[in-house]
Amino acid sequence: MDTQKLIESINNESLKSDIPRFDVGDTINVHIRIVEGEKERVQVYQGTVILRKGRGIDENITVRRMVGEIGVEKTWPINSPLIAKFEVIRRGDARRAKLYFLRDRVGKSRRLRDRRRGMKHIEGMTTVHR
Amino acid sequence: MTAPSKTAHLLGQKVGMTRVYDENGISSPVTVIKIDPNTVTQLRTMEVDGYSAVQIGAGDIKARNSTMPLIGHDAKAGVAPRRKHAEFRLEDGAESGWELGQELTVSVFDDIKYVDVIGTSKGKGFAGGMKRWGFKGQLASHGVERKHRSPGSIGGHGNNAGKSGRIKKGKKMAGHMGAKQITARSLDVIRVDVENGILLVKGPVPGHYNAWVEVRPATRLYRPKAAKVANG
Repeated sequence: MDTQKLIESINNESLKSDIPRFDVGDTINVHIRIVEGEKERVQVYQGTVILRKGRGIDENITVRRMVGEIGVEKTWPINSPLIAKFEVIRRGDARRAKLYFLRDRVGKSRRLRDRRRGMKHIEGMTTVHR
Repeated sequence: MTAPSKTAHLLGQKVGMTRVYDENGISSPVTVIKIDPNTVTQLRTMEVDGYSAVQIGAGDIKARNSTMPLIGHDAKAGVAPRRKHAEFRLEDGAESGWELGQELTVSVFDDIKYVDVIGTSKGKGFAGGMKRWGFKGQLASHGVERKHRSPGSIGGHGNNAGKSGRIKKGKKMAGHMGAKQITARSLDVIRVDVENGILLVKGPVPGHYNAWVEVRPATRLYRPKAAKVANG
């Protein structure tokens, strides 16, 4: 077998097929599996996607949220088995690939406009492989 | 020479690196090594060679690309010409457990947790002291001119490093780096896939992609890892 295909075949085992389409600027719920001893529970983390980078097995997202006055950013590989699922809450209009500027924003200016442009064909699409 | 081995060493090719998740969802960086069945091409015996060892061959090669002596050598074992050959030592007289032409698949590592991988590192060409030996170089400013990456003094005649008007042998200096044999020791075996002839080991392995490497059971573990094994 061709070497690239061989690595792909290993990667395909961990690639998820049920990731909804979302992009930088969107507000999403990340359902995180947390194992405590024997028990496993799911915690929901809601925030804005400020970064999405990498391809395939190495694709990562960073999700930012405010906890009280403090900004929290978490980064995961999107194919990590520790993530039960993603839910898209709101589409935001991002004009940058990396929304680092949100870190400096305070108050209402922290919000992103809803995305309306080009949404028609996105509705109904369930999976994404960029 | 390594200690006599009970388990076979195998020749394989480095395919590349990726990541896999374990059952706890923890991601590990892994190197994929393709190990097609190896064949025993020669047995070294006490009578003939003065020591006991098994020679293995791996990889197909067209007869016209091989040499007559090698083709004949492999034909003696009843196998098609092999691209690569390697040898591993046995206890004296233990070669009777092996036979010519025997096929060794990656399944020999089924019960093995740690392996050593021997390969030829990537060549770095003529490298300076900073890259080759990790020297700090000189300051960026404070009057340093055109010598920012130089190794500094290599010793005068007043000290042990350069006594009697010459520099001691083995003094760390710039020179050719890489392209030599490196053993990556005590790597965790993540997966043994006999069907596809694939071995996944944790972490990097010397050499470029498609480079030939020799895989053997770990001869000794690094101390922290050995302690981990001892404590279960």
